[in-house]
Amino acid sequence: MTSPTTNRPLSPHLLNYRWPLTVLCSGTHRITGVLLSIGTVLFVFWLGSAAYGPAAYDFASSLFGSPIGYLVLFGFTFAIYYHLCAGTRHLLWDVGKGFDLATCAWSNYAVIGAALFFTVVTWAAALVF
Amino acid sequence: MVEFALPANSKVQPGKSHKAPAGAKRVKTFKIYRYDPDSGQNPRLDSFEIDLDDCGPMVLDALLKIKDEIDSTLTLRRSCREGICGSCAMNIDGTNTLACLKPIADIKGDVKVFPLPHMSVVKDLVPDLSLAYAQLASIKPWIQRQSPLPPDRETLQSIEDRAKLDGLWECILCFCCQTSCPSYWWNSDRYLGPAVLLQAARWIHDSRDEMTGERLDALEDPFKLYRCHTIMNCTSTCPKGLNPARAIGSIKEKLAERTF
Repeated sequence: MTSPTTNRPLSPHLLNYRWPLTVLCSGTHRITGVLLSIGTVLFVFWLGSAAYGPAAYDFASSLFGSPIGYLVLFGFTFAIYYHLCAGTRHLLWDVGKGFDLATCAWSNYAVIGAALFFTVVTWAAALVF
Repeated sequence: MVEFALPANSKVQPGKSHKAPAGAKRVKTFKIYRYDPDSGQNPRLDSFEIDLDDCGPMVLDALLKIKDEIDSTLTLRRSCREGICGSCAMNIDGTNTLACLKPIADIKGDVKVFPLPHMSVVKDLVPDLSLAYAQLASIKPWIQRQSPLPPDRETLQSIEDRAKLDGLWECILCFCCQTSCPSYWWNSDRYLGPAVLLQAARWIHDSRDEMTGERLDALEDPFKLYRCHTIMNCTSTCPKGLNPARAIGSIKEKLAERTF
């Protein structure tokens, strides 16, 4: 907070800090939350196209079936699983578990690893079946 | 609100450079944030080359050597030089810590020294802590009783009740954690911040205090307490090894227990 009576500068903050992984995990949790909200619009677009008629549905399916569509869906899948895994860790924190730095150090990797694992398994299953 | 760039008057300019004395063998460069309120100019980053063979082991030793021998206008707070007063809290090598407890040998490359982040700077490494102190006062950091104190002896605690204060009473109020918290940066006008909430927990968990309900009422607010998103930067940075994130979590638990 800059004092209103003087022209004091604000000390450097965000871009001058060496971020631990916990901070990046927390930021990713937020970003994936925002992306999921945006992604829901795409989901509504897909549902809407199905209600609108076969032509519209084919158009939507071709969009989602394109390489860029696949990339977006893959990102959406990761966002879901990341938000789910990080959210689970938030629930554990809410009951007072896992606050010490040693636990956080491995739970960071557990969250990222589990999110990647579920994403890959989901896509492997989707592409196989 | 989240902000990335610094305001125009806060952008750091290149500053002066002071070379090491001739014959120095182990030279380390210290890049130090300088702001002179009388100059009317933006803050700048001065660099000082120090001969480590002629300097104490801690970052504070180097800062005082610079102040004594190179530039006496370098301004910083310090007192005890042993990590108990909390005065020399600053951002060193990208992390908030106490200059007196930070060994120079732990830092690779140049040693970058900045004031505590996202604070109004009074001069050089001295931030304005008025807001944080006002927030501390707002949680009433003293014992409050409804029943009278025993007239003939101290108010005793069981060993178990006393143990609940471990990890809380050791805080020296250096505000390293407070100013490391992104939530506090964006909402310092309404969020109390990790240091102040750890102090709140210290009194909430004190068996001798009889205003626990009122203390919890005062914190039950979307901003004062719940702007904590468990980013864990407070705990990562605490130079005393305390865990403000857990202390804040314990307040949230108390509130949840009270509701359900």
